[in-house]
Amino acid sequence: MSYAFNWGLPPAAASFAPEIDSGIALIHWAMLIIFVLWGAFFTYLLIRYRHRADVGVSLDDTTHSLKSLVPDVIVMIFEIGLIIFYAIPVWAHIKMKFPGGNEDPVELNVIAQQFAWNVQYPGPDGKFGRRKPELINFYNPIGLDLTDPAAQDDVVLANEIHLPAGAKALIHLSTLDVIHSFGVPEFRLKQDAVPGMEIPVWVKPTQAGTYELACAQLCGFAHSLMTGVVVVQSPDQYQAWLKSRAPAKPQQAAAPGANF
Amino acid sequence: MSDDQHGHAPRSFWRRYVFATDHKVIGLQYFFTSWVFLLIGFTMVLLMRWELAYPGTPIPFVGRLISPLLAPGGIMTGELYNSLGAMHGTLMIFLGIVPLGFAAFGNYILPLQIGADDMAFPRINMASYWLYFVGGVLMLSSFILPGGAAQSGWTSYAPLAEFNPGQTTWLVSMVLIITSSLLGAINFLTTGINMRAPGLSLFRLPVFVWAQLVTSVLLLLAFPPLEAAAVLQLMDRVLHTSFFIPAGLVVLGTKVAASGGGSPLLWEHLFWFLGHPEVYVLLLPAMGIVCEIIAANTRKPLHGYKIIVYSMLAIGVLSFVVWAHHMFVSGMSPMLGNFFLVTTMIISVPSVAILTSMIYSLQGGSIRFSVPMLFALAFMPLFGIGGLTGLPLGLTVTDIYLHDTYYIIGHFHYVVVTGSIIALMGGVYHWFPKWFGRKMNDFWGKVHFWGSVAAMNGVFFPMFIIGLHGESRRLYDPTAQIHNLPAHYWHIVSTVSAGLLMLFQLPFIINVIHGIFWGEKTQENPWKATTLEWACPSPPPHGNFEKPPRVYHDPYGYSVPGYREDWLPQNVEWEGA
Ligand code: HEM
Ligand SMILES: [Cu+2]
Ligand SMILES: [Cu+2]
Repeated sequence: MSYAFNWGLPPAAASFAPEIDSGIALIHWAMLIIFVLWGAFFTYLLIRYRHRADVGVSLDDTTHSLKSLVPDVIVMIFEIGLIIFYAIPVWAHIKMKFPGGNEDPVELNVIAQQFAWNVQYPGPDGKFGRRKPELINFYNPIGLDLTDPAAQDDVVLANEIHLPAGAKALIHLSTLDVIHSFGVPEFRLKQDAVPGMEIPVWVKPTQAGTYELACAQLCGFAHSLMTGVVVVQSPDQYQAWLKSRAPAKPQQAAAPGANF
Repeated sequence: MSDDQHGHAPRSFWRRYVFATDHKVIGLQYFFTSWVFLLIGFTMVLLMRWELAYPGTPIPFVGRLISPLLAPGGIMTGELYNSLGAMHGTLMIFLGIVPLGFAAFGNYILPLQIGADDMAFPRINMASYWLYFVGGVLMLSSFILPGGAAQSGWTSYAPLAEFNPGQTTWLVSMVLIITSSLLGAINFLTTGINMRAPGLSLFRLPVFVWAQLVTSVLLLLAFPPLEAAAVLQLMDRVLHTSFFIPAGLVVLGTKVAASGGGSPLLWEHLFWFLGHPEVYVLLLPAMGIVCEIIAANTRKPLHGYKIIVYSMLAIGVLSFVVWAHHMFVSGMSPMLGNFFLVTTMIISVPSVAILTSMIYSLQGGSIRFSVPMLFALAFMPLFGIGGLTGLPLGLTVTDIYLHDTYYIIGHFHYVVVTGSIIALMGGVYHWFPKWFGRKMNDFWGKVHFWGSVAAMNGVFFPMFIIGLHGESRRLYDPTAQIHNLPAHYWHIVSTVSAGLLMLFQLPFIINVIHGIFWGEKTQENPWKATTLEWACPSPPPHGNFEKPPRVYHDPYGYSVPGYREDWLPQNVEWEGA
């Protein structure tokens, strides 16, 4: 698949990406075939029935004909197939079944703001420190409450996410101000972050590499600059990175404020 | 009914041409005003297209004319880009296509096609035009009012729209424009149902009239929720309520002083509850026009008249239960996504039926490639592309990737530009002789047609490619994101084509102006068409018909066997039918 024509899609780097890609490819082939057949018929009609002085009009049984419904039936069957065998199961897989229990996903908070992505890892204790909006300032962009013991070992980053390849990650997505959208084209993943809500998102990266995280929902004048990187590493490298970060005090680990 | 029913046209200039109550004058007022808004909206997007293709470089010619606050050194800022984007969408939809397709064509043609002497409520008609005019002027003047023009997209999503400058003016204008459309809708419905000529039963109505009636119902039921929502958002901004603001927000380091409890998703639901029916408000009048042109230029009745009518009615109903397909990844329950996935697939059924009926209407005909017919024919495959590309956006799974990319921009521009606008242009060529008793020039009409169709595809097809590469919409500098670079040269293709598209509107504009004053004079019924609007003089006098017409036949009596001509007007009594 990787060297075949892929409709301009970027390389795929998440476990569910091939499922999305095959849907996009299938639908586009179908669209192409429908359009070509339809266009051929259309062109034929234009030529065959162009106005000629010696040829009259041939009337069909127009008002009661059900002929117009034939293409509809074909399209309907195709769509019903897509809904039952593709859309509903794959949708449930991506957006409704979240890793948990014995899958032991990597968990992190992503907290969007104008115009940056704040990232919080729970650290070795596995517990996210408490956040309070009134504590937010330039040096503490997510308002981490350092009086909370669970907050002591948290890792806070800006515009940078690290994930291990081959493992599921569970991201708790929220925002401080307006709607943003968490989009990583190579993961084929997109989810709005909505004020007042915390929305779960999961992904299982399959390829080590660095990918671009870009906000996909208009969020203000610098929307197009609201980018970050997602660094997917081998599990060992990821653990090493986490260890190198974990002991540091959150205030020092946090890159200050927005990216300008 | 009309306040001067048996009298003459009002004598004073003001009452006759400015505060007019005659549906034909109001139709033309809408016609010219909406084209001006369309051209302004188009000019705005040309500036944006420059920025998209060559981000961070000065806009040629006009860059230096823009205030240095918005474009220092002629280089567009993010604020200006967002303002132009929001204004482009708003102008094109609410001040351009709706007033053109619904109000302009509807006002002029609908009463004539049903054999009425005017609209049911001529004064409400006048009020509706003037509300629209004031709303439009206010919307445009927001560029020079304090706060500037809105910057939050035509969707005005909360809470961005609650904090961004300029939105108050936007909301007030929207309330005026919506009120105008509501008045229009009531007027059209009353007129279409109550003022039909004797003999003109519902199933003898031309498809165009059906399209206008369904459109009126859509406006009437879909706009009030948005109007209410706009007023709530306005209150959030000026009275510090918080209908759409949750508690605990921190904007740029400052805690928002709002009591909270509001919901941004509520705004999205209310907005799209209008937003989707709105798509069909843009589309149905265009489909109606295409059907009229096809019938007259194939010299045979439309194929599947009833299927078309029932499909339009079905679209009318279904368009109210698909709105959240715009919100698959918005954070609403994914369970709900499945419901809207299914309804969205169902609504494609009547649309396909209409398109299929159009193409079968060509079969067996004697096709005249007149200028309006060229536009009607181009509508079919190009709207087809718009419809087909809706499929991967309507499917929850593929929409995860394509949502908010250039793919959707390509999709709906194929629907509204190569669909609606193409059809509306065809309608201008078709009914121009009715309005002015003169014809537009054929040669320049063809230049306009071929140039526009080529340029439109050059503008919008690249957007599918850019979108499939994963590039988001609404980016004032796409090159700031490295994953956008591989497909970037397509932006240049699109921008150059947009410039050409503007150029190819010159023959059209000149043709219209030339045609009004110096065009070749035509007879009353140059297309030898059967519907009632051609049964009165062109242009029709005040009061329209010399004596009220009576209807004897179905709308498309072309090539009726045994009749001496190949068209049998609806109002001509003939035993053989
Ligand atoms: C005639 C030539 C037109 C061109 C070249 C054009 C081009 C564009 C482009 C490039 C965008 C994307 C801007 C962005 O994402 O940053 C856009 C957005 C949009 N266009 Fe057009 N357009 C045209 C006509 C129309 C028409 C006729 C309509 C209306 C019915 C329309 C409705 C919209 C809307 C609603 C948006 C979205 C605005 C938003 O993001 O809030 N456009 N257009
Ligand atoms: Cu953004
Ligand atoms: Cu929709």
